[in-house]
Amino acid sequence: MHFTRREFVRGGVTAFTVGFAAPAFLCDLARAQSATGRNLVVLYLSGGNDALSTLVPYADPAYYARRPEVAVPSGSVLQIGTDAAGSALGLHPNLTGLKSIFDAGRLAIIQRTGYTNSSRSHFRGTDIYSTANPQVAYGPGWLGRYLDTFPSPVDPLVAWNTSRSLPHTLKADVVGVPSIPNAVNYAFAPVTQYNTSGATNSDFLRANQDEAEYSKTAALAISSHVPVLRPHLAFVNGTAQAALATLDRVAGVAAYTPTTSYPPTGLGRALQAVAGALATEVGTQVFWVQTGGYDTHARQGTGAGTLSFLLNTLNSGLFAFYTDLSNQGLLDQTLVLQFSEFGRRVSENGSAGTDHGAGGLMMALGGRVRGGLYGTAANLEYTPDNETLENRGRDVRHETDFRSVYARVIDDWLGASSVNILGADFRNPAIDFV
Amino acid sequence: MAVDPAIAHLLRRAGFGYFPAEGEYFSRMSLSAAIDMLVDFDQMKDTVDSFIGTPGYLGTVSRGPFQPNSRVSDTRQRWLFRMVHSPRPLQEKMALFWHNHFATGYDKVAGQIGRDGASRAFGAKPSEEDYGVRGQYELFREYALGNFRDLLIEVSRDPAMVAWLDGDTNVRAKPQENYARELMELFTMGVDFFTESDVYAGARVFTGWNLRNFYPNDDDRYSTFRFRSSQHDTDSKTFSFPIYPDGGKTIPARSAGSGQQDGLDLINAVAAHPETGPRLARKLYAFFVSELKTPPESFIQQLAGVYYSSGYDMRAVVGSLLRSAEFQDPANYFARYSWPVEYVTRLLKAVGWTGFSASNAITPLANMGQVLFEPPDVSGWRLGTDWFSTGTLLARMNFAATLVSNQQFRLLSDALPSAGTPESLFAYMRDRLAPADYDTQASNDLLNYLYAGAAWTGEEVQVRIKAAGLARLIGGSSEYQFV
Repeated sequence: MHFTRREFVRGGVTAFTVGFAAPAFLCDLARAQSATGRNLVVLYLSGGNDALSTLVPYADPAYYARRPEVAVPSGSVLQIGTDAAGSALGLHPNLTGLKSIFDAGRLAIIQRTGYTNSSRSHFRGTDIYSTANPQVAYGPGWLGRYLDTFPSPVDPLVAWNTSRSLPHTLKADVVGVPSIPNAVNYAFAPVTQYNTSGATNSDFLRANQDEAEYSKTAALAISSHVPVLRPHLAFVNGTAQAALATLDRVAGVAAYTPTTSYPPTGLGRALQAVAGALATEVGTQVFWVQTGGYDTHARQGTGAGTLSFLLNTLNSGLFAFYTDLSNQGLLDQTLVLQFSEFGRRVSENGSAGTDHGAGGLMMALGGRVRGGLYGTAANLEYTPDNETLENRGRDVRHETDFRSVYARVIDDWLGASSVNILGADFRNPAIDFV
Repeated sequence: MAVDPAIAHLLRRAGFGYFPAEGEYFSRMSLSAAIDMLVDFDQMKDTVDSFIGTPGYLGTVSRGPFQPNSRVSDTRQRWLFRMVHSPRPLQEKMALFWHNHFATGYDKVAGQIGRDGASRAFGAKPSEEDYGVRGQYELFREYALGNFRDLLIEVSRDPAMVAWLDGDTNVRAKPQENYARELMELFTMGVDFFTESDVYAGARVFTGWNLRNFYPNDDDRYSTFRFRSSQHDTDSKTFSFPIYPDGGKTIPARSAGSGQQDGLDLINAVAAHPETGPRLARKLYAFFVSELKTPPESFIQQLAGVYYSSGYDMRAVVGSLLRSAEFQDPANYFARYSWPVEYVTRLLKAVGWTGFSASNAITPLANMGQVLFEPPDVSGWRLGTDWFSTGTLLARMNFAATLVSNQQFRLLSDALPSAGTPESLFAYMRDRLAPADYDTQASNDLLNYLYAGAAWTGEEVQVRIKAAGLARLIGGSSEYQFV
């Protein structure tokens, strides 16, 4: 089976042709395209993670003065040393797994990431991090643009979104990324049949099987056409084709048995699926994983509040993933890149929470990561000449443009050109975590 | 009797599709009479709930007694029931629009005020509740085509919203910015038309707009709005945009007792803001007319004009939209990507529901990306093409399989008279489900499916299997995903 489809991007700007081929061929294609053997797992903490509770400046008295209710007590932080400017820093007490990964030199924490005139809107902020463009935060995402550099035909599983709807970061002009939140449900269910004709059981079962096959064949056929005058229909047809063509490989991932147990959280399940896709050599190069609830306006807590719960979820999921990949010998080919749309305000609000701020932090984790602390912490005491704060001392000012972190990943991990994909030169030799 | 295409379009957009008799009923009236009937829905009694649990209607299944006023999973079922059966479908459609516009999620609210209180805060129907508590969804039904400024006031005092955006902790000493920001960014003017200092001022405006939790007995827990004057910031607040008709940008200092007027002044201002009308018009255009093209600016200005000249009357705005040539243009038929609840309810109406329960749609809807009362965040669901990924499309195909599996004997008896040949069966099922047009190739593929296997005899077992299989293929096809 081989046919060609033309697909049109919504908005009608770009028209292109891709060859579409059978799953067996696509497997080879996928392996060929992942010749670098490297994959990237993007982890998005949605809602605006509180960097100052994740990486705690426990020696800064202003931190405690400005956060009487939500500061993490200095006695409970997991100390990880000092940064280049000599600020003593520690991880939130629930991040024990991340601490051990840090100690193993496989976790890089980039402090004070952000951009000039940081948006305090979740939606604008997420769009900016997704497009890597604070001025024009729409159009394809930065990883979508990366995927669009692949020569056609592109394997439909070249990227894998583990959340339900496609994140802006993975939106591409050409390549359609599948969303597979649950590999087990990723199947084409048959219509239930009833034996009302008195057929023998084996005849009945055979007829059922035939009928299911006819049905799947027809579903593939009706979505194979390209209604040239109806690009929106062509888009849904393309999605159906990608779904039906990848069922078998995803079923293999669903059957994956990990080498360690993952926590029963959405994040744990998503990371287990990623490990399964790596272990079964599906060929996926870019994964998207997200976990939410970080918009901690109220009752954020220190040792037991909302954020503490979230960081526990983060820690348990990531540590299981790290352990599983280590056991499988897959750690060296994996890079996890974590971000959030903004950091939170320095001072707490009246709800024992924190409002939308500016500079945040990013983390990179993997077998080839040069671990450690990158950048310098803010001085949280406000004075008019304190350059590490902005917005009259309310927020942390960014030190490292988040696009420098992306540039490092694009150039030195994915082997592509950050200047082309980001549209400008954001390379920063100091941010050399990989 | 075939359903008139203009009527079918109207019922897909201003409602949730139609069952065969409903389509025929509306086809006997003129388009303008049908629009009047849908828009002026108050002329019909709101009796749909009295049919819940009645044989012949979509079922509900619940752990224990059905408690749609106090258990959120049952509230979801009641809403799906109303979408399928209400004789006032536009009311439910607009409630859905408002739910997405003022997107509020149950889980976080439950974390703030408890599951029982949160369930009531979404689902309680005042006429069925002690103390007349009104859930947010019932508020949206009440104001479905009401006055937008009044709706903003009600939403600002709505317990689910207050809990959702942390208004309960907005106090004088430490203003809480969450609600003021979203009021301007998402509910009215839009992100480009206010400043950060407007957010700080707005937060101070709503200081003291808190909740009261009360426990009349051991089992029940309620949250209601209360204005705590002692927690209100009484100083003046200055904005970057006009608050008053004379152009004044400063809300004056007021006594604590009359401090609630600050919020009403700000709500008046954002309702009257010159960007609010166009922004609502664009959202309504995408919801009712088309997601496939940029709305003509003249049409947006025309709708915005109705919004302002009517004093924010949504019945006037939506009525004007539905009566417009733009809405009725056949080029806009099937020009919207259906939301999962639209998809599910339309298929239920077309295929049938006897013996099927709304509860059977809840997990499939989650797999399609839409759980009612659980939008992804305060900006609502990601619409249009974002509904469609491989996983969510498979979920739609598989819901079609589940539903036709359940309805195959009904489909058999309905289709049997038309099942003399595969061609006649195909024509019957296509007209019944009424997807966007299939081109010749896709029609041939569906016919090939009917021909696959044993030679056509038209006897019952064959017709049952093929009618169900065909309904599933149509329901799962791309042409059916558009409304």
